[in-house]
Amino acid sequence: MSNPSRPGGPLPRIDEESKGFWEACERGELYVQQCGDCELLRHYPRALCPDCLSSRITWKRCSGSGTVYTFTVVYQNQAPGFRGRVPYVLAYVELAEGLRMLTNIVGCAADSVRIGMAVEVHFEDVGHGVSLPMFAPLGSVADSKGA
Amino acid sequence: MSGLEDAGIAGVFEHPTRWAPDKTQFQIHAESARGALDDAGLSIRDVDGLLSSGLSPIGLMYLAEHLNLHPRFHDSTNIGGSSFVAQVLHAAAAIAVGLCEVALITYGSKASSDRFAVGTGGLSGGDPADQFEAPFGPTVMNSYAMVAQRHMHEFGTTPEQLAEVAVTMRRHAHRNPLAKFRDPITVDDVLASRVVSSPLHLLDCCLITDGGGAVVVASKERLRDTRNPPIGILGGSEALRHTALGKRDLTEIAAAQSGPAAMKMAGVGCADIDMCMIYDSFTITVLATLENLGFCARGEGGAFVGDGRIGLGGELPINTDGGGLSSNHPGMRGIFLVIEAVRQLRGECGGRQVEDCEVALCHGTGGMLGLRHSGATLILGRS
Repeated sequence: MSNPSRPGGPLPRIDEESKGFWEACERGELYVQQCGDCELLRHYPRALCPDCLSSRITWKRCSGSGTVYTFTVVYQNQAPGFRGRVPYVLAYVELAEGLRMLTNIVGCAADSVRIGMAVEVHFEDVGHGVSLPMFAPLGSVADSKGA
Repeated sequence: MSGLEDAGIAGVFEHPTRWAPDKTQFQIHAESARGALDDAGLSIRDVDGLLSSGLSPIGLMYLAEHLNLHPRFHDSTNIGGSSFVAQVLHAAAAIAVGLCEVALITYGSKASSDRFAVGTGGLSGGDPADQFEAPFGPTVMNSYAMVAQRHMHEFGTTPEQLAEVAVTMRRHAHRNPLAKFRDPITVDDVLASRVVSSPLHLLDCCLITDGGGAVVVASKERLRDTRNPPIGILGGSEALRHTALGKRDLTEIAAAQSGPAAMKMAGVGCADIDMCMIYDSFTITVLATLENLGFCARGEGGAFVGDGRIGLGGELPINTDGGGLSSNHPGMRGIFLVIEAVRQLRGECGGRQVEDCEVALCHGTGGMLGLRHSGATLILGRS
């Protein structure tokens, strides 16, 4: 499993609305929010359902599997933490639950990524109590917690 | 009647600079203001509305101070590079209800000489969605590249078809003495340039330059005294697209909403448009915009831009100045869409003039196409 080191890369600025998501990632679990009233699924998490404005939040555990909806192999990014990491793969993965999530595809050669490719979540421990949900080709993830 | 007929474009000015290490950003604003007011035949003392974008959070007050203006209408909307297209509409609406009579819209940027990585730096922090994006390393360009990749997958669009856009813009730039890059390029040149963010190559990307410009929008009464024929604002509309809870279709862009709404307000259809100024941050932006405005069906943009259709002399000439791909791109190009459209409608474009140009469409795209972006459409006409 490739484990791109990311010294100096941005860490998520976890806030009151998002901490449930990130705490689950730290446990190696992927969740999306669901409205407790109208049952609308949403990503990213937020305190109020934007459809019915309900504050009742439930969390739905995702299977962690999905497919690549689109991607790009990035050869240039001057931002700290990425300059030395190129090429890397930025992608939207469509989760089995139907929502698309921005992520990185890891665990395979960048030029082997294709739209429609089956992937599964791979949590990368980046320190500071944060694990990022990245995705790797289905079947390539041996240990879901930062292999 | 939309009410917009109470206002018109009185003057425009494109700052000729592409590299201005010897100037300040506000100096470029001021020189652009002088140029547009001179073009309009109006005085700085006539200005009672000030609009700008790309400034610091309350930078509009500093800009007013720099120009020693005391306006009664202000607007510093920032929806990315389309902001200035939207601001022409805002200025016209403000004039229509009497909030001001002479609105000055200015832009100035030193993106190039300040070495600002417009498209391939990290994205700014602080908004809630950033924590779900920034750790994965998106850049502005990546967000357009992901739309291109999806477009190619869904519709069979080819890198050659995308390259055709860059080749056409360069052909136009060849006829624009102000354009930064004027030497013709071929599809092969585009495909041979390095891939920056797949599937987009270096020559699929707009330039980074310094630059600026200004537009003066004035009331019908004030347009009576202007130096050049006023240009009518026939219609306009704006839209935003974002991740939509994780459900957005990336090939549907803001133009799908703002384009038809603007044309409806103007009482025109695609067949009535003589030329378009389309924000060409990347080649894919042009393809996606043409489809979403309705000039062709979704997925047919690749074929549409071939056969010389979007070139001078073609059915729908686009970006006759050479666009952001070859003329200039100081970070927020929207104002140049309006400026060139006005020059075309006035018939001032010499060797790159579109014949019988009576109605022009400007469409600005701002932000990150595949993450969140704005669209602003403006229909201009000889009045």
